Amino acid sequence: MFRTLPDLSGDNVRITLDGMQVEARSGEPLAAVLLRTPPFTARTSTVSGAPRAPYCLMGACFDCLTVVDGVPSRRACMVIVQDGMQVERQHSRRSGKP
Amino acid sequence: MIVDVLVVGAGPAGMAAAVRLRRAGLSTVVVDDAPAPGGQVWRAVEANSKLAPALGADYVRGQQAIARFRASGVEYWPRTELWRLDDGWHAFVKRDGALERIDARAVVLATGALERPAPFPGWTLPGVVTVGGAQTLLKSGGQVPEAPVWIAGSGPLVLLYAAQILALGGQVAAWLDTAPSSNRVTAGATALANPLGLANHVGELAKGARWRLKLALARVPVIPIRSIAAEGEGQIEAVRFVTQHGTVERHPARLLLVHEGVVPNTHATVSLGCAHDWCPTQDSFVPRLDAYGMTDKAGLYVAGDGGGILGARAAELSGTLAALGVLAREGRLTADVAAIEAQPIRRQLQSERAFRAFLDALYRPRPDIFNPPEGTLVCRCEEVTADLIRKAANVHGVGPNQVKAFTRAGMGPCQGRQCGTTLAAIVAATQRRSMESVGYLNIRPPLKPVTVGELARAADAEAK
Repeated sequence: MFRTLPDLSGDNVRITLDGMQVEARSGEPLAAVLLRTPPFTARTSTVSGAPRAPYCLMGACFDCLTVVDGVPSRRACMVIVQDGMQVERQHSRRSGKP
Repeated sequence: MIVDVLVVGAGPAGMAAAVRLRRAGLSTVVVDDAPAPGGQVWRAVEANSKLAPALGADYVRGQQAIARFRASGVEYWPRTELWRLDDGWHAFVKRDGALERIDARAVVLATGALERPAPFPGWTLPGVVTVGGAQTLLKSGGQVPEAPVWIAGSGPLVLLYAAQILALGGQVAAWLDTAPSSNRVTAGATALANPLGLANHVGELAKGARWRLKLALARVPVIPIRSIAAEGEGQIEAVRFVTQHGTVERHPARLLLVHEGVVPNTHATVSLGCAHDWCPTQDSFVPRLDAYGMTDKAGLYVAGDGGGILGARAAELSGTLAALGVLAREGRLTADVAAIEAQPIRRQLQSERAFRAFLDALYRPRPDIFNPPEGTLVCRCEEVTADLIRKAANVHGVGPNQVKAFTRAGMGPCQGRQCGTTLAAIVAATQRRSMESVGYLNIRPPLKPVTVGELARAADAEAK
């Protein structure tokens, strides 16, 4: 969906996203990583279980809720990536996923 | 922590207020959600020396404002969210995961604006992102859309963002212009009614013309449209729209950026029960403010776009004005001295207002977004459709809070930030009432998420 401008490559950090190792740029918000990494989603909705992705990127829409280092419902747009961060996409009970 | 003044928000308004307060010797703390000062408009500008020139002079200007702020000696808490504010003034904030209390004699809310939520069919699909959100990704992550991007909407930000990504090698598939064509007539009338408003902002007009030229040179199609839908299973696969001439078009799309202007972030003032008025030219509720930006609660001020959309330059002015109001109330300045310093600031603000009236008329959103078509999700969190809200609103005398209780719209994690105004607009349309009489949802703390564990630890700390 989005790509990082090539001439901006700064320090990289490594995070784990649903068990996969993913490269991220130091200082960028977690939501940016989600929008670069297929399937580009953050969570499933609580009522219908539909996939959702970061939408407003400023902490207002709460559609980018993820589990960060074991804490659920963190807004990925407000979380700055840290080396070794453990991230899971957040699933509603109705989606049938853990 | 006990201080003279708490400033919430480190954008143009908050920084200007804090700098003036500190200069007068008041102890001031500034809390802000973001990791660095600048607000949305100057987000990450300190760290962006490589990218900044491509983003434009208005963005680069933030570096000086931030340098003045950093040098002022103001206590600044980044990554700090205000989750509760009580009259008197007691603020409860979450700073790096720990809860703290700040007692202050005055509070300046400089919480800025949010992009206007504009529900349309398919707006919850992954791959639909706001233009402001995409610009945040550009400023804070150096990201541009991977493929030629579809942009739908209205407002200066659409033009600015399109020009920015074109300058950085990005591509725009098309701009679907949602502003009704009748806007040009009302904007023209606004300009004629106050020609000085435009004459004082020739530079701004030229900037808009340059952005349009950039789009034309890049051969970006500009298609005026009446309505739009995003379609796809689990993610956007196509964008479907009806052109101004009534033709239906459908194009494959992996990413759609949308924007319908910005509205004041009034969450805190609503939660405190401050008086608000409906602003018909900006289609939003605004807190009722006095000549220094004080709300109807003594000692509580609003500066910047949170008090009505006027842009970054005006935000700096209203920030200084709020500081003068605080200084006069605290006896640091006599009323006369404050009024003399305020006079030129108010004159400049008046000029900004005149120009903004033109922009508001030119980019006024289409009426559909306040009364979305059947089946459109209005509440993203609880997945409540426009028709369900209309049905609940079709009972004599019910207001937004009853409709919320009937339908769960506004009860999800975003606390009505995305659906609140649409919900009120549907109630108003269904019952043929004014927005003023319908009002807004009740907002209660926590204004930002806090965990039970964090609350328990804070309670322990208070008891000691």
